[in-house]
Amino acid sequence: MNQDYDLHLEEAKGKIEESSDLEALKKLEIDLLGKQSLTAQAKGSLGGLEPEERRELGLVLNETRSKLEEMLATRRRKLESEVKGEQLENERLDLTEFDRGHRLGHRHVVTQTWERLEDLFIGMGYTVSEGPEIEDEWHNFGALNFPLGHPARDMYDTLYVEYGDPMSTLLRTHTSPVQIRVMEEEDPPIYSIMPGRVFRSDTADSTHMPVFHQIEALVVDKGITFGDLAGTIEAFTTAYFGKDFESRLRPSYFPFTEPSAEFDIRHPGGKWLELGGCGMVHPEVLKAGGLDPEEWQGFAFGFGLDRLALMRHEIDDLRELFRNDYRFLAQF
Amino acid sequence: MKVLLSWLKEFAPIGGEPDAIGEQLSELGLAVEEITRTGENLEGVVVAKVLDLRPHPDADRIQIVEVDSGDGQPLQICCGAFNMSPGDFVPLATIGTTMPNGMEISRRKLRGEWSNGMLCSGAEIDLGEDHDGILILGNESEQGTPLADSLGIESDVLYDLEVNPNRPDAMSVAGVARDLAAYQKIPFSIPVPEVSEKGKDISEILKTEIVSPDLCGRFVARVIDGISIQDSPQWLKNRITALGMRPVNNVVDVSNYVMLELGQPSHTFDLVSVANSEFRVRWASDGEEIVTLDGVVRNLTTQDGVVTDGSNSPIGIAGVMGGVSTEISEGTSTVALEMAWWNPSAIAKTSRRLGLRSEASARFERGTDPEIIETAMLRFCELLGPEALMSPGIIDEKGDLPAREKIKVRVSRVNSILGTDLNQKDILQILDPIGFEAESVDHDIDVMVPSFRPDTSLEIDVIEEIARIYGYERIVKTVPKSKTFGSLTGKQNDRRLIRTTMMGLGLDEAMPVPFLAPGELENAGLESDGIKVANPLVAEESVMRSSLRPGLLKTLAYNESHRLTGLRLFELGHIYRQPDKPQPLPDEREQLVAVLAGNEAGEIVKIWSALADALAFDEYELISDSPPGFHATRTSRIEIQGRTIGFLGEIDPSVLSLFEVSERVACLEVDIDDLLSISHGHRSYVPFSRYPSSDIDLAFEVDEGISSNEVKKCLQEQAGVLLVDIYLFDIFRGEPVSEGRRSLAFKLRLQAEDRTLTDAEVAKVHGECIESVEKKFSAKLRS
Repeated sequence: MNQDYDLHLEEAKGKIEESSDLEALKKLEIDLLGKQSLTAQAKGSLGGLEPEERRELGLVLNETRSKLEEMLATRRRKLESEVKGEQLENERLDLTEFDRGHRLGHRHVVTQTWERLEDLFIGMGYTVSEGPEIEDEWHNFGALNFPLGHPARDMYDTLYVEYGDPMSTLLRTHTSPVQIRVMEEEDPPIYSIMPGRVFRSDTADSTHMPVFHQIEALVVDKGITFGDLAGTIEAFTTAYFGKDFESRLRPSYFPFTEPSAEFDIRHPGGKWLELGGCGMVHPEVLKAGGLDPEEWQGFAFGFGLDRLALMRHEIDDLRELFRNDYRFLAQF
Repeated sequence: MKVLLSWLKEFAPIGGEPDAIGEQLSELGLAVEEITRTGENLEGVVVAKVLDLRPHPDADRIQIVEVDSGDGQPLQICCGAFNMSPGDFVPLATIGTTMPNGMEISRRKLRGEWSNGMLCSGAEIDLGEDHDGILILGNESEQGTPLADSLGIESDVLYDLEVNPNRPDAMSVAGVARDLAAYQKIPFSIPVPEVSEKGKDISEILKTEIVSPDLCGRFVARVIDGISIQDSPQWLKNRITALGMRPVNNVVDVSNYVMLELGQPSHTFDLVSVANSEFRVRWASDGEEIVTLDGVVRNLTTQDGVVTDGSNSPIGIAGVMGGVSTEISEGTSTVALEMAWWNPSAIAKTSRRLGLRSEASARFERGTDPEIIETAMLRFCELLGPEALMSPGIIDEKGDLPAREKIKVRVSRVNSILGTDLNQKDILQILDPIGFEAESVDHDIDVMVPSFRPDTSLEIDVIEEIARIYGYERIVKTVPKSKTFGSLTGKQNDRRLIRTTMMGLGLDEAMPVPFLAPGELENAGLESDGIKVANPLVAEESVMRSSLRPGLLKTLAYNESHRLTGLRLFELGHIYRQPDKPQPLPDEREQLVAVLAGNEAGEIVKIWSALADALAFDEYELISDSPPGFHATRTSRIEIQGRTIGFLGEIDPSVLSLFEVSERVACLEVDIDDLLSISHGHRSYVPFSRYPSSDIDLAFEVDEGISSNEVKKCLQEQAGVLLVDIYLFDIFRGEPVSEGRRSLAFKLRLQAEDRTLTDAEVAKVHGECIESVEKKFSAKLRS
């Protein structure tokens, strides 16, 4: 009797393996395990048997059915995976075809440098202040301790505009007038930077432009010292250029700071590179800003922003920043 | 200001390597721009005597020169210069010499003729700037002598210093030496010149009067006799040449030498030609004339100072240039030497007005040392040599000379400003070597400012000097802890958001200069009221932009001319406009302009809607408009809360052709100040329904004149509270839609907050929407 079922299993195995698709397999499943199947029929007739025989045949039937189920399942998985494989193959794509579409725009290198510097000073606890690019003579010169006719005004090739009285309104020659505006508008303590666009009557060449950018820092607080200035410049230069860099201050002259200095940086062993000007805010400037120089002390420093952009990207011509050639803009 | 190390050493025993001294000068605030070693480039160059000259048989621009280089034998040289004659002494670079420019001299043939060396111009051997001819040496030379020996040139170091306007004292060799001596803590002194006096007392020779004391603080004159005008000795010529002055004759050269050494300019008059032997110093009168040394007739004003003779005729412009009538000449033997302290701003005005800026006027403008004059006078006479004799006595007239200041310096203030811990004694020791006479008074210090530091008048000026000599590098670096919260303002943050959004949309940031040429605003269709630059260098930079559009259109044109098209650019920057009402400064605003070349208006709307989303402006309206410079039928204004904050659309084709841009250009222009002044950026949470939603698609045939927005609004109104989303998903023109109309297809999503909508409810909204749009716009539903 067992042999009958072994034969049945043998036949079924052949049919299952021959079934070529999931539909045929489905039909076969009904033939082999459905109500009309050999094993189902046999199960139905178990009731007429002796208990001993019934138990024995029942075991054989169950075993046969579970083997059939397993064979069918194995075949089904195989057929399913073939179908899926075919489907995926039909959907094959060459992704390199798509690698030509959307590109991001680029912020201008000056903006990138500007924002990098802002972030650095914000980290040091500074705010960012702004002022107009067309300024009055008082904020650009007078309040900064350049009286009318002061020879130091000659250090700045100033562009004036036709507005108000002659020579009363100008394109600011530096970001320093913002110092005065900040002192006028805010109470100390002041820890602020002033990035901005400035102008000089210069013919464009590889290192000069009639318009360029500066960034300036102003600190006004009680007991601020020249040592604080030197330390802050060192902190900024190492943060921006890297820990290896060192800075130094050299005596210099600006009407709006005293003592005044130029500050230089260098990579150890390298040449000193002049970066900008700085100093303790001149008592007359504090007064012009409405502050008592006996109560408040401060320092200021400033430098060219464009040059830092040129240095970072090894650009050799300042004019390129303002020419707006797409081949330049899209590089950074 | 240039200084020679050997010259500095005449005032102080300066030690150290040349480069180290350069560093010290920089640390003193006399920034070294260049260090040049002089006199080291002359090895191999000897004196040669020209024996004969003859033309080169095969070349017009070369002649053959036979010289004696010391061995008595004629040596043939080919030379491209023609300024020498037989008997002249000239420098010869012998075979094997390496020239300062690196060229090595070898024996070679020039068009078939041998050249056994090279005759040198001054410039070729770093002795002056003359390239044109061969340097002709003095007749006392001897052939065969090394040139350096013959010229008395020793190796030396030349420092080119940048002197700040507050350091008039450093406009002299002695002044620089004083600073260095203080740095090196070595003694400094100005040697006392030795001069012989002879003849009548000056009071019997000359009279002087300062008529205008506000012009001249001090006027000193002496008379020197026994002068013969000739070349200066070579060593003196070498020094003034090294410092950038051209030797002329002994009197002029000595005048320059004394000015370079001690900072005091002088003027010499041929005494016999000074009428009545009298000097008067006064302001000129308007229209007064003088012929200056350069032969030019100068028209004077009441702002110019003059020196006149006894007949009141100008014989010199004070501090700027002498007159031709009293010029010393070959025959001069007696000169009146004048040294003065002139009002700095008077000299500045005159020299600027006449375009006569000289080494002398530069020093007077900064303020000379009125107390160096006696020494400078003696030095002048000493340098002229033993034949020069000074008349006894001195004429010394005083005008308004600024008083030397006594300044109170608080020790506590010094330390508070510098962050140092100096005491009275330290400060006295710092100030003494630079000539500041300081004494302790109670806890503070009284400082008498030296006559050569007119820039110093405040306590803070003295504190700067203390810091300078103490050494900036010795001040301990500290970092103050900020008492403010470091952050960007809302506007500064928004600016970054705008840039980041533009970047994400594929736009590159451009940065054109804010100057325009006349006519460019008009070409862009804008008003021609841009603020003008009063003193532009070039016309292209004479108008300030009142919009960013012209600059970006120029940028597109520039790129197109380099075959770069289809650019997507934006700029965020300032514009400047005439204000509506009078105000102290122009109306300066911030603007954003984006341009998409090769795109139609539709593309720029996407840019705007993305930007509005980024800045969280959820409500705005695009209303058809035709602002100047934009395409009249493809432009809208952008309104938020009823305020116009900008425009978008396309640039007017005629504007594009004036700017030579051949592509269509879609453009967005936003007034950033206006935009950001409207409340934005904050979004409160809106709860959404958890019940199922239903979608309705509706396509209508509508006239072209009706905006999709109007249809959308109508649907919104009709669908009411059940509408949670609506968008235009398709636009179709052409068959079967009739001419002049297009199909607009909207998708509406309906949803209730508190229940699942029934089919009947959805059908009702559906029907009402159709009815209302059809009726309002004569539209027709497409099935």
